[in-house]
Amino acid sequence: MGLTGRFESNFITMTVDNAVNWARKGSLWPLTFGLACCAIEMMAAVASRYDIDRFGAGVFRGSPRQSDLMIVAGTVCRRMAPVIRTVYDQMPEPKYVISMGSCATSGNIYNSYAVVQGVDRFIPVDIYVPGCPPTPEALLEGVLRLQDQIMSRKVFVKA
Amino acid sequence: MKIPAGMEDGEGHPISQRVKEGYPTGYIGATLFRGDLSIHIKKEVLLPICRFLHDDPDLDLDYLIHITSVDYGGGDPRTFGDRYEVVYELFSIRKKHQVRIKAGVSELDCQIDSVTPIWKGADFLEREVYDMMGIRFSGHPNLKRILLPDDYSEGYPLRKDFPVEGRGWRDTFELIDR
Repeated sequence: MGLTGRFESNFITMTVDNAVNWARKGSLWPLTFGLACCAIEMMAAVASRYDIDRFGAGVFRGSPRQSDLMIVAGTVCRRMAPVIRTVYDQMPEPKYVISMGSCATSGNIYNSYAVVQGVDRFIPVDIYVPGCPPTPEALLEGVLRLQDQIMSRKVFVKA
Repeated sequence: MKIPAGMEDGEGHPISQRVKEGYPTGYIGATLFRGDLSIHIKKEVLLPICRFLHDDPDLDLDYLIHITSVDYGGGDPRTFGDRYEVVYELFSIRKKHQVRIKAGVSELDCQIDSVTPIWKGADFLEREVYDMMGIRFSGHPNLKRILLPDDYSEGYPLRKDFPVEGRGWRDTFELIDR
């Protein structure tokens, strides 16, 4: 980069994409969406021992209007599916979805008439975190992978 | 009724004795398994027996813990060939004793009297049994589905002939487009 080193020491240079993505990945406000036992591990990931706030994803909001990230933590029942879809639609762009645990990802062992076989059947999912339930470390890994993904995205695209 | 080995003490239990004396035609038998008394009755006398169990000062079974149902698939000696069985768990808060009432329901006449006039709490419990097993409760004030949607049309999921994976409802979404 020809610009490097041409400014004073308190300046940094980067692409706009980089700057915007850096800002986005550093303040992922998750939506509290615990559906089953995975939510317990999600809460553990938020609490002091694991502290998801270290990665900027600790400000859990009760309202989808204030959230960037939906962590679908638990078994998705068919009757819950329209609710998830509505809440997802209410989230402002850009928005991300983590499917936490086997149930949200594939229905797990619950091959039942009432259980949706994966939340990706009706909303797009960015990161799948495996486990039953995933440990808090696994969820943190999922958040880090999502941040990597966000960094690789193009923000400004010519129409 | 043939009582399984080791469960014969139910016949001599004072509560089943009272039921037997009061309703000799409706009483079928009683079993005692690990301290749990189960009284098998005919469904035609369910309401009078429940009224008696509830009102009698010595029995005083004022609390209905739960109602559930079993699908034996028909031909089971425990229900005398009836496919279904409705099970009532009764408890006396003052006397601290518990009784289980079992009544067989046949597939052709798949209904039983509602006990809501005796225990108001039976309302939701009977709705759940209706929702999941399809047994109708005559006299129920508001018999409609409680867990599944009102327009659910695949049948009754807890019946043994219902496929575990359902009949496609779990994959129907109104908002599938992205």
